[in-house]
Parts: sequence; C-alpha cells; structure tokens
Amino acid sequence: MIRLVQRGREPRWLVPVLAFAVLLVTYVLTAAMIRGAGANPLAVYQRYLITPLGTKTSVGEVLLVATPLMFTGLSVAIAFRAGFYNIGAEGQFLAGAVAATFVGITFKELAAPVAIPLVFAAGAAGGAAWVVVPALLRARFRIDEVVTTLLLNPVALLSVQGLLNGPWRNRKTHFPESEKIGAGYVLPHVIPNTRVHLGFAVAVAIAIVMWVVVGRTPIGLRLRAVGLAPAAARFNGVQVERTLLGAALVSGAIAGLGGASQVAGLQGQLTGEISAGFGYTGIVVATLAALSSYGVVLVAAVLADILVGAESTSRALQLPPQMGQVVTATVLLVTVSVSVLRRYRLRFALPRMRPR
Amino acid sequence: MIDAGGRADAVTRPPAVELRGIRKKYGDLVVSNGVDLTVEPGEVHALLGENGAGKTTLMRILYGLTRPDAGEILVRGEPVSVGAPRDAIRAGIGMVTQHFSLVKPMTVTENVVLSTAGYGRVDLGAAREKLLAAAATVGLDIDPDARVGRLSVGEQQRVEILKALYHDCRVLILDEPTAVLVPQDVEALFTTIRRLTQGGLGVLFISHKLHEVLAISQRVSVLRRGRIEGSVPTAQADARMLAQLMVGRPTVGVRRSDAPIVGDADLEVAAPASVQATSGSTTAATRTAVLDVSALTVAVAGRRNVLDEVSIRVYAGEIVGVAGVAGNGQRELVDVLSGLLATTAGSVTLAGSDITGCSPRAVMAAGLGRIPEDRHASVVPELSVEDNMVLEDIDRFRRGPLLDRRRIRDHANELISRFTIKASPTDPVGTLSGGNVQKVLLARVLAREPKAIVVAQPTRGLDVGATEYVHLQLLERRGSGAAILLLSEDMEELLALSDRIVVLFEGRIVGELPAGQATPERLGLLMAGAAAA
Repeated sequence: MIRLVQRGREPRWLVPVLAFAVLLVTYVLTAAMIRGAGANPLAVYQRYLITPLGTKTSVGEVLLVATPLMFTGLSVAIAFRAGFYNIGAEGQFLAGAVAATFVGITFKELAAPVAIPLVFAAGAAGGAAWVVVPALLRARFRIDEVVTTLLLNPVALLSVQGLLNGPWRNRKTHFPESEKIGAGYVLPHVIPNTRVHLGFAVAVAIAIVMWVVVGRTPIGLRLRAVGLAPAAARFNGVQVERTLLGAALVSGAIAGLGGASQVAGLQGQLTGEISAGFGYTGIVVATLAALSSYGVVLVAAVLADILVGAESTSRALQLPPQMGQVVTATVLLVTVSVSVLRRYRLRFALPRMRPR
Repeated sequence: MIDAGGRADAVTRPPAVELRGIRKKYGDLVVSNGVDLTVEPGEVHALLGENGAGKTTLMRILYGLTRPDAGEILVRGEPVSVGAPRDAIRAGIGMVTQHFSLVKPMTVTENVVLSTAGYGRVDLGAAREKLLAAAATVGLDIDPDARVGRLSVGEQQRVEILKALYHDCRVLILDEPTAVLVPQDVEALFTTIRRLTQGGLGVLFISHKLHEVLAISQRVSVLRRGRIEGSVPTAQADARMLAQLMVGRPTVGVRRSDAPIVGDADLEVAAPASVQATSGSTTAATRTAVLDVSALTVAVAGRRNVLDEVSIRVYAGEIVGVAGVAGNGQRELVDVLSGLLATTAGSVTLAGSDITGCSPRAVMAAGLGRIPEDRHASVVPELSVEDNMVLEDIDRFRRGPLLDRRRIRDHANELISRFTIKASPTDPVGTLSGGNVQKVLLARVLAREPKAIVVAQPTRGLDVGATEYVHLQLLERRGSGAAILLLSEDMEELLALSDRIVVLFEGRIVGELPAGQATPERLGLLMAGAAAA
C-alpha cells in the first residue's frame, strides 16, 4: 500500500528531482503511442526537447512562441494571486489585439517612437476594458468572475470574426483579415537574426516587475493577503475590493499587451487565428508555475520548446503534428500530479488489514 | 509519572473504546508517541493537555479524520479499522470538535440529517421530531429550522452536540466543549453528560480547565508532547498535580513557570489588588473616556436590532468587561469597533476623535488595538509570522516603494522574544498552535501601544500557561494607561480582570456592576435576561 504523508519542510533537492520524475513518467506514458505512430520515442523526444535548442535561429523560434504564453501566463498569475480567478485571458488577449490593430490601421503614418508606445497602450487598455465589467461585478456584487470572464471569451472571438468579415475585411486580399498596420508600429527585433521582437523583452520586463512587486512591496503583500484570506486582509485594513479591482485590471492589461505584441510583433495585422488558445494555455502556464513570475517565464519556454520541436518533428519524421500536443498534455497532467509530492511524501507500507 | 490505579471496578466489561500504541508523525514532528487510552462505558474520562500536546490529533485519529502511523483502535474489545468518520459513526463513536463541521446555509435539521441520510427519500419532518425529542432529553434549546450560518458560535456548538447524539453513539468525544459556553450552559452540559453516562455512554472529555475536569470526570489522563504523562482516578487527583503534569518541568525564562498555575485561585492572584482604587466609575465626572461608545445601534432588516443603543465608556487604565451569552451582539460590537460593520445609529469616539463608520485602517490609525474572537480571520495562515506582524501597518515598514525586509525581520524577532512566541519569523502562521497564534496577534497589537484595546475571547482554547500570559499582558497594558474593552464568555476571566462589567443581552446593555459587586450569580442572572439585579 502506498500512502501520502505530509512533509515537514520541503528539502532543497526536491524540485530538480521532481522535474526529472515528470520527464521520466511522461516518457513512459507516451513512448508506446509514439512507437505506435511509427517513430522511435527517444529520437522523437530528442527532437522535441533538444533539437529546438540547437541553433540560434531555433532558440529564437522557441522564444517567439513563448512570448504570448508569457503574457497570458503572467496575466493569469497576478489575478490568481489576488484571488480573482480570471479565466478570460483569451478574451482580453483578443481585445488587446483588436485595440492594437485599431490604432495601427487608423493612425497609419505615425513614427515608431510614438507608434510603439501607442500600440502597447492600446493593447493594455483593450485588455483591461474587457475585464472591467467582470471585475466590478465581482468587487461590488460578489458575482463569480470565473463565469463572467469565461463567457466573455467567445464574445471576444466572435467580435474579432465579425470585424474581420465586416468593416475590417481586407480590401486587397478579400480574406477575413485586417489590412497591415502602419510601418511605425512593427516591433523591432531584439535578437539579431531571429524573429524575437520587442514583445518578448516587454514580457520579460513585466515578469521582473511582477516578481519585485509581489514579493517585495507593500502592494504585493496586500495582494497576497487578499488572495489567501480576504476576511483577514479586510480586518487588517487592506481595501479588498480595490485590490481585487486593481489586480483584475492589471491582469487584463497584461493579456491585452500580449494581443498587441502578437499583432505588432509577429502578424502585422489582425487575423482570426491571432490567438491559438493562448489565454487558456496561460492558465496552465500560471498554474504549473505556481503563480510565480519567473516560473511563468520558465514554463512558457518549456512549452514553446516542445511546440517548436513538435512542428519540426512532424515534418522530419512523418509523425502527426498532434503528437506534440499529446506530449504537452501529458507533461501538464503529470506535472500537476507530481506537484502533490511537494507537500506530501510517499510512504510504502504493507497493508495491515484487521478483521472487523 | 503516575500509574493508572484503582481500575478494578471496570475490568468486567470491555472498554467502550480503547486506543493502543497510537503513533503519528507529521514530517519530523511527533504528535502522538505511543498513546494508550481507554474509555469505559458510563464513565467520563477527561484528557488534559496544553495546546500542541497532541489532543486534537488523537481525536482526529479516533474519528477517522487522520490515519495513525501505528497503533490500533478497539471498540468494545474488537479491533476496528477507522478509515473515515463514516466508520467511526458506524462503530458508535461521536465527536464534537472545537472547529465545527456544519454546512452553514443549511438548517439545523438538515445538518443533523446530513451525516445519516442514505440514498432514498429524506423524511425531514420525522427527523425534525427526533431532533426535538433528542434536544429535550438533553436539555438543549435549539430551533430546528434555523439556518446554521445565522447561529452564534455557542448555538452552533449545541447543534454539533445534538448531531453526535443523534447517531446513537456509545462513545462521545467532546473536544473542549465548554470553551464557548456560559456558566449556566456549562452546568446544563454537565447535567446532560451525567444523564448520558448513566445510560452507559462513555465520554472522552477534552479540556484545559482543571476545575471542570475535576467536576465532571471519573478518570483523568494528562497528555504532553504526544505522550500520556499520567492517568489517575479523578478522586485521587488535585488541580496542582494535574497542572504540573500538564506543563511539565518549569522551563527557564518563561513567565508562567513562576506564576501560579492552578484552577480558580490563580486569576485572583494575577489581578492586582488596586482594582477597586482605580475603578473608573467613581472618577467618571472628572475624566473623559478614552473609548466612548454612545447609543450604538445596528439594525438588521426583519430582525430585532443586533445592537440596540449600546453605550459603554472605557477610561484610561481601566478594563471594562462585557459579559453575555454568545450571540447577544458581542460579535457585532467588535466588528463595529474594528471598522468592519456599519452602524445604523450612534457613535464611537476614541481619544476625542470620532471613528464611527471608519475603515479598519482609520480605526487603527486613531489608536485602537483589536484582538477579535476569530483568530483565523485576523491573520493570513499561509503568510509568515513576520508578514502577519506587519500586515496591519505595512506602510511603516517600507523603504521607498519596497518592503524593508530587514526591519520586518528585526521587528518579528523582537516581538517573538518579547512575547515568547514559539516560532521563527518565516514560519507560516497556519503551522502555529492556537496559543502562539494568539501571541502573534497580541504582539502585533501591543507593539503599536494602542490607546484603547478591544479584545474578544482572548484565551479561548488556550492552555493554562498561555492564558496566564495573555492576562498578564492585558493587565500590564491597563497599568500603563490603556483603555481595554474585554468581551469574554469566561466568567472567571471577566471577574479577574475587569474593573467594571457590563452585561449584553439581546443587543442591549442590561446591567453594569463594579468589580466588587460582581458575582457569577448576579452576572449569570443578567446574562440569562433576568431584570437588572
């Protein structure tokens, strides 16, 4: 019989050991499937995990793919910290993308020094605007934000499609995509010879700021108190409603920045596929990162690594591209399961059955 | 060590319940270290122990809420496997815990039925009748249709007791059952217990209160650091001996070691003889009150006012006690003063400034210290001791925009040594024992040297040593000129500490007695709603 026993204190070696355990278990669980699909599991894993880190270009691709996940992950993390369960990063991301596109195609001639701050500001404002109603409903009337933020996601997606099929339909291509944003809005690349753009740097900067604010400032301490024990926080003079509202708006703004970064940094226009479920993946990223901001950066990078690897692998080894998703999903499930062991340890004991 | 003696009378029948060699470790912390314990049918077996002695863990094991690492449980001589409360209930074990397990939005009847209901139709009407009958035999007054969430702590405990009795249990575990009861209710409970044990029920009675243990039990065992330190027939025990077993050898540097630690007499020793001399009422005309609560009213739609024209004046260097049965407006009074609850009418003035309807932060800034009844709603359990210690007053501990971590650590270390808190600054408060959580709260409040302190049930659930400590701290504050409003359901505490005592009944002040004239009988009458004595 195996039993879970609560840990006294978490030993230092634990996290690296658990990380290795996650890899091992994931490998065991997926190896048969990969073999069944006609490939050598070890070779596949090498391509998933190691190959993308082999060249500067491919590392750049990993960081590029990680960028939107970092934004949405950070967005979810800050909201969850405050106990605002924002499931709507997807919608806020899209709203940010729409707002960024709006300024990008409306004030086309602006020069970069004006345009780039403007496009980020628009994205942040769009994302924050998309969460303001759920945030007010929660803070004022205690209406469950999980439901309201979630339900606004399809509203955002349908609005994007409505815009692209209606007023914003591209007049040259006639595809449901916006026209290109002005040249001044295009985000510069921050690593030469890669596609890594300013959005990545912004995401990293937000992660650093968040790390400092949450852990090292009075605001962060209040935020954590509100998230962990709202009644006690109120007793201690923390303005719980205002803190919730603030965290929700910041969360929306960060997701919106992600949308803006994706439009201005990568696509150059708004398309129906601007978000590949980044908002939802952000929840996973934040959860796996245990809501820590450097954790978000790390987890986003690992997921991006597998995503990039899976894409090239499917081309090279004739493996269905879905296998990458299978592996990612397995990693997530295994990580969540294994993370129980941070608080508990396993104890193997013979069952001591007794007659009743 | 004292050996079990004089048990010859109970050997013919198997014990109602028996624990053998129970061991339990949480991480590196041994909470049960080979505990043997028996409860005979028809006896009250008292289990004494300080906070953190392992009493609660033992109870959780017995009730199937925690699995022991080793050891076995026997019910009427048969070994049983208690893996879940369901098994315990089936084996005839009932429990009333310190922390209630009630579904608050449900009614009393629904709560009681919940643990027995099968899958078929639930006959709430019949259950209601059975509940009323059970309540009547036990002498508990309860409205079966009331929503549990609306009941006071004291009333909720009655529901818990009824719930256990409803299962026809053969052994009843009572984990500090008197902690929330007033004297009259304690007497009623004791009558109930005696009635139940006459019917063959075995009762395991867990308490800190030596005089209660001596009054109700036939046998008493003392638990310390996860071990049974002694088990004696109550007839052969006296309070001093039990207290010594409980606390162990006197420890160096801890105040309680040289303070008297026995029963009823100790508190009178702790209270200075100057009580009469500084009694506020005589000099009221010449001084202004530090804390002036005037005609405070809190109305709730559709119910009587929870607070009705409550006026209390507390002068500097005075402790005013507020007596009353739980649920007569105490919680609301504390909430209003703490800045958590809005008032309908009336005013609160602190040192001349009006703080009516102010936020918690403004109330604190005005110089009020608050130690409320519910400790867990006052600290953030997951946050560290040091963070909780500055949470009320974060802005004083910043350097530019950042937290001044070094000063926070120094602050915590200073308070930890000054208040002898058994914790390190980085321990999450949730891992501390009740007494140490209370010390953290006390330290946090007293460190700010408040002009007035509102303190509710400051020693509920605390062991003798911690209780003594809290009392001494409050008296010391009184000595240095603080105005203290003390709400308590512990009559001895009120009588020992208060210069004056007011009685709250149905949201009104129904009487005021100077310390010299207050007796348990007179207070009890007022608390029970009899006309002013």
